[in-house]
Amino acid sequence: MNLDVRLPMGLMFTLLGALLSGYGLVSPSSIYERSLGIDVNLWWGLVLLAFGLVMLTLALRARRKRKTP
Amino acid sequence: MPHIHLGAIDYAILIVYFAFVLGIGWVLRRFVTSSEDFFLSGRAIPAWVAGLAFVSANLGAQEVIGMGASGAKYGIMTSHFYWLGAIPAMVFVGVFMMPFYYGSKARSVPEYLKLRFDEKTRGFNALTFAVMTIFSSGISMYALASLLELILGWNFNTSVVLSALIVLVYIFLGGLTSAIYNEVLQFFLIVMGFLPLVLLGLRDVGGWHGLVAKLNDVSTNAGFAAGAWTHSWKYLGSASANPMGVEWFSLAMGLGFVLSFGYWCTDFLVIQRAMAAESMPAARRVPIIAAVPKMLFPALVILPGMIVIALQTKTGGLLPIGRDGTPDYNLAVPMMLGHYLPSGLLGLGLTALMASFMSGMAGNVTAFNTVWTYDLYQSYIRPGASDRHYLRMGHAATVVGILLSMAAAYATTRFNNIMDMLQLVFAFVNAPLFATFLLGMFWRRTTGHGAFWGLLIGTAAAAIHDGLVLPMGAVAGIKGGYLGAVLHVYPSEMAQNFWTAIIAWSACFLATILISLATRQRKSDEELGGLVYALTPRIVEHDVVWYKRPAALGVMVLALTAVLNIIFW
Repeated sequence: MNLDVRLPMGLMFTLLGALLSGYGLVSPSSIYERSLGIDVNLWWGLVLLAFGLVMLTLALRARRKRKTP
Repeated sequence: MPHIHLGAIDYAILIVYFAFVLGIGWVLRRFVTSSEDFFLSGRAIPAWVAGLAFVSANLGAQEVIGMGASGAKYGIMTSHFYWLGAIPAMVFVGVFMMPFYYGSKARSVPEYLKLRFDEKTRGFNALTFAVMTIFSSGISMYALASLLELILGWNFNTSVVLSALIVLVYIFLGGLTSAIYNEVLQFFLIVMGFLPLVLLGLRDVGGWHGLVAKLNDVSTNAGFAAGAWTHSWKYLGSASANPMGVEWFSLAMGLGFVLSFGYWCTDFLVIQRAMAAESMPAARRVPIIAAVPKMLFPALVILPGMIVIALQTKTGGLLPIGRDGTPDYNLAVPMMLGHYLPSGLLGLGLTALMASFMSGMAGNVTAFNTVWTYDLYQSYIRPGASDRHYLRMGHAATVVGILLSMAAAYATTRFNNIMDMLQLVFAFVNAPLFATFLLGMFWRRTTGHGAFWGLLIGTAAAAIHDGLVLPMGAVAGIKGGYLGAVLHVYPSEMAQNFWTAIIAWSACFLATILISLATRQRKSDEELGGLVYALTPRIVEHDVVWYKRPAALGVMVLALTAVLNIIFW
C-alpha cells in the first residue's frame, strides 16, 4: 500500500501525547482529585507519546528500507 | 443528571482526532482509481492492519456501551460473548473458510453464494444484509447522538449530522482502505482511551480482590450465590442460578455455536476486511490476529461495568435510576468517564467513545456500498457497465447508505440493552446462514434450491418460534408472543434469543439437506472447484514459517482462551 498506516498513527499519538503531558504539567493539581490524586494527564500523556514515537520510528525505518533495496 | 463539562484541552484532542480521520481519507483519495481499490482496497492490506480493522469494525455501539452494560448487569459471564461467542468462530473462519472466500476471488459474501449456489440465494442474502447494515449503522448513530445529548448536553441532530458527515467524507474519499486505516487508528485510540479508566477504577475498588469482595455483595443482594458476578461458568448449571438467566447448553449451542459462527463466519462486514488482505496466507491470518485483542477486550469493556456496579452499593451509585426503577446500565461506561477522568484524559476517553461508534458505522457503510454496487446494482439493475461507472456508483451508494442510516437513527430503540436487540435481529437472519455456508463449503451435494429454501425456512422458523414464546415478565409484542399463543416462557430474553437461534439453525440445516437430496445439482465439479472443500486442492504451506501458519496460530489462540476460561471459571 502507498501509505503506511503507522505514519499517521505515530503522528497522531505523538501529538496527543505531547498535548496531554504538556497539559498535565501546567494544570492545577485540584483537578486530579477525581483521578485518585494522580496526575493522569502527565503519565498517560507520556505513554501515548512513547507509543506514537515507536510507531513513527517503525514507519520511517520501513520507508528507508523500501527506498534502498 | 448534570452534564459533563469539557475544557479547551478536551476539544483540542477531539479536533486532532477528527483532523487525522479526515486527513487519512484525503491522502488516500489519490490511490483510488478502480472499483476494486474502492471496495476491496486493491487486495493489498498487510495481515496485521486488516486484522485490527477486522476487530475494530465490530467494535461498534453494541460493544463498548452494550458490553459495559452487560458487565454491570451480568458480571463476568458477559465474557462468554468473547471467549465462547467469538474466538472459536474467528479461528474457524481463518483456518477453514477463508480459503474459499479468498481463493474463489468472490468480491463479497453474497457473491460467494452466487458462485457456489445460484442467483436467488445471493439475492436473498444481499438484500437482507444490506438492510441489516443500514439498521446497524443507524443504531450506532442513534446511540452516539443520544449519549452525547445525555452526558454532554449536545444537540441530538447536530451529533447525527456531524458523525454522519465525518464518516461520509472519509469513506467517500478513500473507500475501504480509508475505513480500514481509520479502524486501526480507532482500535488504538479505544485501547488508549479506556485503559486508564479501567486502571483507575480497579485501583479505586481495591484491585481485583477488592472488586470480587464488592461484587459478592452485589450477587447476594440480587439473590444469587456470592460468586455469581465473578465466575463465568460456575453457575451455568441452571438458568435460575445466574443473572443472565441461561443454562450451559443454550449458551454453548445458541451463542457459542449458532450466533457466533453465524456472525463471524458469514457477515460480510468483517469478512470484507480479510478479503482485502494482500495474499491468501495473510487473509487466513486476519481473523486469527484479530482474535488476540478480542480475547483481551473483556478487560477493557466488561470490567468498567463490573466496577460501576460494585461502586453502586458503596457510594449510593454512579448509575442514574431509570423510569422502571432499575439502574440505566447503558450509562456504565460514560458515567465512569465522567467520574474518574479529569479534563484532558476525559477528552481522550470521549474521543475513544466516539471512535468506537464511528468505526461501527463506517464498517457497515463500506459493507453496504460494496454489496449494493456488486451484488444488487451490477447484478440486477445494470450489468456490464464500465469499471468507472461502478466506482461512481460506489461513491453514490456511500452517500445514500449514510442518508438511510440517518433515517434509521431516528427510529427509536425499545430495549434497555442494545445488545439484546442486535441479537434478536441476528437470530432471525444470521442464525440459519451458517448452516448454509457449512453445508455449501463442506458438502458438494448441496444445491441452490436447497440453500435458498433452507435459508427461508430457517428464518421463518426463527420468526415463528419467537412469536410463540416470551421471556419471563414480558408482555406479548416486539419481545415475542406476537402469534397469539405463548407456548413457553423463558427465564430471560437472552435464553429466548439463544433458543431462537438454535431452532433457526437446525431448521435450515435439515431443510437444506432434505431439499438438496430431492433436487438436482446443477453445478458441475469444475464450477465448484475452489468453492467446496472436497474439490479444492489442499493449501501447501512449506514456504511459510510455522508461527505464521493459520492452524498453528489458531491452536495458540484457542489454548490461551481456554486458560482465560479456567482462570475465571
